Amino acid sequence: MTTLQHAPEARRRTRRWLTHLALIAGTLVMVYPLLWMVGGSFKDESDIFSQLNPFPSSLNLRSYIAGWTATDPTFTRFYINSMLIAVLAVAGNVIACTLTAYAFARLEFRGKKVFFAIMLGSIMLPAHALLIPQYVLFFHLGWVNTYLPLVVPKFLATDAFFIFLMVQFIRTIPRTLDEAAMIDGCGKVRIFSRIILPLTGPVLITTMIFTFIWTYNDFFSQLIYLSYPSSETVPVALRRFVDATGDSSYGQLLAMSVLSLVPTFIVFLLAQRRIVEGIATTGLKG
Amino acid sequence: MSTSTEISAPAGREPTAEVPPPAPRPRPGRRTDRVAYLFLLPWFTGLLLLTAAPLLGSLYLSFTKFNLLQSPHWNGFGNYVKMFTDDPRYLQSLKVTFIYVALTVPLQLGFALAVAVMLNRPMRGMALYRSIYYIPSLLGGSVAIAVIWGQLFDDDGVLNAFLAFFGVGGRSWISNPDTALYTLVLLNIWQFGSPMVIFLAGLKQIPQELYDAASVDGANAWRRFWSVTVPLLTPIIFFNVVLQIIQAFQAFTPAYVVSGGSGGPSDSTLFYTLYLYQQGFTNLNMGYASAMAWVLLLIIAIFTLINFGLARRWVYYEDR
Repeated sequence: MTTLQHAPEARRRTRRWLTHLALIAGTLVMVYPLLWMVGGSFKDESDIFSQLNPFPSSLNLRSYIAGWTATDPTFTRFYINSMLIAVLAVAGNVIACTLTAYAFARLEFRGKKVFFAIMLGSIMLPAHALLIPQYVLFFHLGWVNTYLPLVVPKFLATDAFFIFLMVQFIRTIPRTLDEAAMIDGCGKVRIFSRIILPLTGPVLITTMIFTFIWTYNDFFSQLIYLSYPSSETVPVALRRFVDATGDSSYGQLLAMSVLSLVPTFIVFLLAQRRIVEGIATTGLKG
Repeated sequence: MSTSTEISAPAGREPTAEVPPPAPRPRPGRRTDRVAYLFLLPWFTGLLLLTAAPLLGSLYLSFTKFNLLQSPHWNGFGNYVKMFTDDPRYLQSLKVTFIYVALTVPLQLGFALAVAVMLNRPMRGMALYRSIYYIPSLLGGSVAIAVIWGQLFDDDGVLNAFLAFFGVGGRSWISNPDTALYTLVLLNIWQFGSPMVIFLAGLKQIPQELYDAASVDGANAWRRFWSVTVPLLTPIIFFNVVLQIIQAFQAFTPAYVVSGGSGGPSDSTLFYTLYLYQQGFTNLNMGYASAMAWVLLLIIAIFTLINFGLARRWVYYEDR
């Protein structure tokens, strides 16, 4: 009898171990490319490819120092560009999308249903279908090789996904709060600024996180709009770095690649829970 | 909706007969907040200038020859005809993209689901595993990872070093047209983290009682997976399929970076968007690129519609 009762317990334990084993094996495969990159950036040039072992024998910072200043301008400029664009994009999305979302979630106006459907539809629209005319527009405005084509659209709430996210969130805020404020004499604008806005904290943070990550990594737009070295961002500069250095300095290439991932990684560490939640509940692309 | 107090006022005592209303009051139920248009001003501007006009603009340009510097020159269906009859590279880019989508979407989602099921049990270290598996999908779209990928699969890269360990001599997987595309498929599968997180959230919604009941009925783990987990997860599987297909059709960065912008070797990684970029921004054939963009839009729309059409057959909603 006892053996019969213990058997499932033992089997369960074995299975738990097997699961862990499989997951650990998977972890190694998943992490290896990243480890190899980080390790390689500290290795001597000649050791990067000859060794499977990702761990360097010593922490050699030469690649970082040489890589940072290998381009003209240096990576300092590229990081300033990237950060400015990302921060402005975050500001734009937060301001424009909250305004729009409030109108859709709480106000009544003619054509609301149609406009809401259009807004939802625009989420699915592939950017390429708008690409050429937008480029022509920005070209004629003289905005090519400035931050403007990357930043101004955010202030015009073109990232409809975040509008949708916020509408969903604002709808969960009890309307009784609005009504109470209305009785106290608040207009729609005051209700927005005093009641709704302070309560949208979580969804604002989600918007900020994902706008930052997406903008920072948005290689395609940056590639198209920024072609002067001094206006380049980190991804574009890194891409050019591959051409410029060729086979000669893999160490520097790896070092700059590692650094280019640092901003995203820091955001992940700071906001891990929120990122995972955001994806789980909305299907945001991570 | 009927929050306003005047609706409940007795009809006979409406003072409108003596005192003209200060402003034309919208009828109840069709209340209009004029301030709404103020809130919507940025969005309307963006919709008009950056979405609607460009969408129609690219449709118009798709019927023209246009090089940005001179004004567009009407070309009828010339671009579309050329694409399908006189441009092998275009057809190649279609082929590459379809292969990529067909491989990457099921494989990535399969991995995502399998790992999510493994992680969906009370277990030490679960959160840590989840984070580790998730990280590649956060970083994977970046130029840096594409650069690294190119190195890993190059002739003196890690994969070959690993194979040499077993006495297998490999050549560059990146510069071989037969394998280059598969390295990019692998790169995308590696990023299964975000669908996995979505699956995990869905798995948590499945009530444990259903599994218990299935166990009592003698269903083993395999049977429980197919008879309980999968049916209840179909809405989420569907959501992921729609999303991943749309995204996979638009993949750009890895192919651009790994192939140095060429789509090579021998156009084996010439993704649709990469060829569109080359036509539009390298060759300045912006009319042609617009036509390509519209075909892409149609392809994605058709796939999405097919998905929604098929959904009725296999997606299970509990409340139906």
